[in-house]
Amino acid sequence: MSIAKLSRRSLLKVSAIAGGGFLLEATLPARVLAAEDGLLVESKDLNAYVTIDANGQITIYSSVPEMGQGVKTTLPMIIAEEMGARWEDVRVINAPLDAAKYGMQGAGGSTSIPRNYGTMRRMGASAREMLISAAALVMEVERQELEARDSRVVRRSGESRTFGELATLAAKQPIPDPETLSYKDPRAYTIIGKSVSGVDNLAIATGVGQFGIDVDVPGMKYASYARCPRPGGRALRFNESAIRKLPGITDAFILAPDERAGKTTMAFLDGLAVLHGGVAIVGDDTWSVMDAKNKLEVEWDESEASTDDWAEKVAWGERVAREGSGQVRLDSPAVDAAFADPNNRVIESFYQFPYVAHICMEPMNCTADYRKGRAGAPDSLEIWFGSQFPGQVKDIAKNLFGLEPDQVKVNPLRMGGGFGRRAIHDFATEAMAISHRTGAPVKLTWTRTDDIHNDFFRVGGFENMKGAIDPAGRLAALEQHYIGFQHEGKPVIGSGLRGNELTMVALPNARVKQTMKEIDTACGPWRAPGSNSNAFVEQSFIHELAHLAGRDHLEFLLELLGERRWIKEGDVNALNTGRAIDVIKLAAEKAGWGRTLPSGTGLGLAFYFCHAAHIAEVAEVSVDAKRNFRVNKVTVAVDVGPIINVSGALSQVQGSVIDGLSTMALQQITMKRGAIQQDNFHDYSVMRIGATPVVEVHFIESDNPSTGLGEPALPPLAPAVTNAIFAATGERIRSMPLREAGFTLV
Amino acid sequence: MSKHKLVVNGIEHELDVRPDMPLLWVLRDKLKLTGTKYGCGIAQCGACTVHVGGAATRSCVLPVSAVTGPVTTIEGLAQKGDLQPLQAAWIEHDVPQCGYCQSGQIMAAAALLAGNPRPTDKDIDQAMAGNYCRCGTYIRIREAIHAAADNAVGGTRG
Repeated sequence: MSIAKLSRRSLLKVSAIAGGGFLLEATLPARVLAAEDGLLVESKDLNAYVTIDANGQITIYSSVPEMGQGVKTTLPMIIAEEMGARWEDVRVINAPLDAAKYGMQGAGGSTSIPRNYGTMRRMGASAREMLISAAALVMEVERQELEARDSRVVRRSGESRTFGELATLAAKQPIPDPETLSYKDPRAYTIIGKSVSGVDNLAIATGVGQFGIDVDVPGMKYASYARCPRPGGRALRFNESAIRKLPGITDAFILAPDERAGKTTMAFLDGLAVLHGGVAIVGDDTWSVMDAKNKLEVEWDESEASTDDWAEKVAWGERVAREGSGQVRLDSPAVDAAFADPNNRVIESFYQFPYVAHICMEPMNCTADYRKGRAGAPDSLEIWFGSQFPGQVKDIAKNLFGLEPDQVKVNPLRMGGGFGRRAIHDFATEAMAISHRTGAPVKLTWTRTDDIHNDFFRVGGFENMKGAIDPAGRLAALEQHYIGFQHEGKPVIGSGLRGNELTMVALPNARVKQTMKEIDTACGPWRAPGSNSNAFVEQSFIHELAHLAGRDHLEFLLELLGERRWIKEGDVNALNTGRAIDVIKLAAEKAGWGRTLPSGTGLGLAFYFCHAAHIAEVAEVSVDAKRNFRVNKVTVAVDVGPIINVSGALSQVQGSVIDGLSTMALQQITMKRGAIQQDNFHDYSVMRIGATPVVEVHFIESDNPSTGLGEPALPPLAPAVTNAIFAATGERIRSMPLREAGFTLV
Repeated sequence: MSKHKLVVNGIEHELDVRPDMPLLWVLRDKLKLTGTKYGCGIAQCGACTVHVGGAATRSCVLPVSAVTGPVTTIEGLAQKGDLQPLQAAWIEHDVPQCGYCQSGQIMAAAALLAGNPRPTDKDIDQAMAGNYCRCGTYIRIREAIHAAADNAVGGTRG
């Protein structure tokens, strides 16, 4: 391998690789990007690689972790498009974790597309220009006479060379200055805007192991880990001799809690990945260690264990709502007058949403190999796992063992679901500590019960809403009181308003208050944090107000949005009421808003803005006399700018609708004396295929930049469904899950 | 520990394992066939679905000593390297999101089509009711099963 000379003005590096291909690497200046969900994602040295071999095989390295959101397919499509490649010639493989080459390799907050689009485009365009320069030399013509398409560089006369033929020479060409690069006219796109099947689908459909849980390392042992049922407890003693005698068991020991493990360089993760004190069991296969874990008898020190009780929290939330105090975040002088005006009609509603779990289909797991250095050589650690931010385990290794980043090798693998759970690495901390102690590579696999009990949940909470309607049927005032949770004085992830809600930025005469209470039960990011619960409250209550005013919900909602305006001009993370109005009108029109429906069937509308996405949904729901409800159809209108992979984008919307329905209908986590009350899928269930609605999706390809779709189609689903149930039955649902309110999803 | 004979994907194995070890863990940890997944261990989610004697079976609750017929896993579904119509349809319809549950989904669907080459939506809902998908790919699972049925039987659905 040789490194070609870098143009001083250029940020692109290039080097030939063995076999005569070429390799392109883009390096961007360090920057910090604030993800919309309040996570601070440090992003520096963003990278991707392109290599072409002599046979014309184009390899694109994917550096962003894949968890089902489709980035491993979507981001390489952008590179291939700008290169002029044929998609059939492209293969995509995971890039290794390498901070020096790739910077922060992470996935969260639906930011992968906006964060990487420019880099992907630049890399594709730069590769294309180098291939053209090589072709100009070979064909002895001016560059202007050449263009790249179908994995060839083609001359106007029709003469052409394949990318494979040009690869070696192209690698020796000067790197184009990024400032001089030109980009394809979108009308000439052959890949972007098409439907492309996921690059790993063949491997998935044939069962080729590729998830963290499938890892097999020579000499590997298997491990289970028992934590105190009450979070915060630690193991004192256990039936060690009995456990060690069980078949297939090779080691068993207590690990002391270690707060240091939780310190990280990513602010939002700080304090989360602490090592919880528990009992590790090591053995010859997964079954033996899981079976032995069931036979553990542990004496726990519960002096610092959680005492959280969900029923008590609900009683507290109701009391705070009645008392009406709270820290004022936003106020308007007209609010009190509007509520006092006897000509106005006033309603007040208390909403509630539960804790919910992530239940990624692949339970948390990690394989770690801690190797003690021999003959004065330093220790080393190798990790295999699926993670949304795999680089974070280097922080943990430093905290626990004092290892420097270059002593830790991380192998990021495909995730069997993430949804925010795999942003937090407590399970990896356990695997590392167990391998260190037992002196062998170890695969730790959590049982489903471990996975539920030790989740970082979507936080539950309450909102008390109060609104006044004037004699003309217009909104005169709205008061929103968010009643939620904090830990050690800091709101937990997902609790509280984010600042871009309608009440915070768009409605006149609004007051927003907040009250927070301490909680110990762990919370973390869960698909569209904050938005997934506030959308239910906000969009339900707007429907309640429209009903009180005796007005059509669609017309009332459009009036609330007012003039077409961008709350912060040029900022895609700011609400644009024009884009909002467009998706709302489109969803309503396509769903046949206002049409006559059979008795027991209703349409419900909701809109939400988050993750730079404007999305409206209309649900058609039928409810029978026994309160069985069926969602017949959900019509979705989406503006996330131009769509890159149509199939992938559609998948994210279909999946968000189904995930949203499953969650709002069925799921709730409760705790009693700190312990989580749900154990497995028999008492924490997921919607099955029979309840699947028709999902019709309409994309508005506005001229805004393309943004992410992993999260934002979920929040509007719950209020669209409960608003439809109200339209069908006259019954207002103000608490999730619907199962608890007596409604059964069928 | 005791000896167990097991035929998996046409290959006979003689294994020295605990008789109570579920087939799932024999496949994954002993035979290194990791296409079959662990999801819940209580036969609720279907991620571990394999065929035993041709029937869709939850391998996470079936002790190896109770296996009475030949076992087919996702790795053995393609015949002599040719993808089954179902596998091809799964790719064509871009069914997977995270992909973790999909080998169980495909095995459940293969058992359905073996007994019912032209399933209705209702047939599919019944046969696939034991398989969770947390990502929500149910719409495409239905489409892909119909497409595979069309390809296998010929012609298009009425």
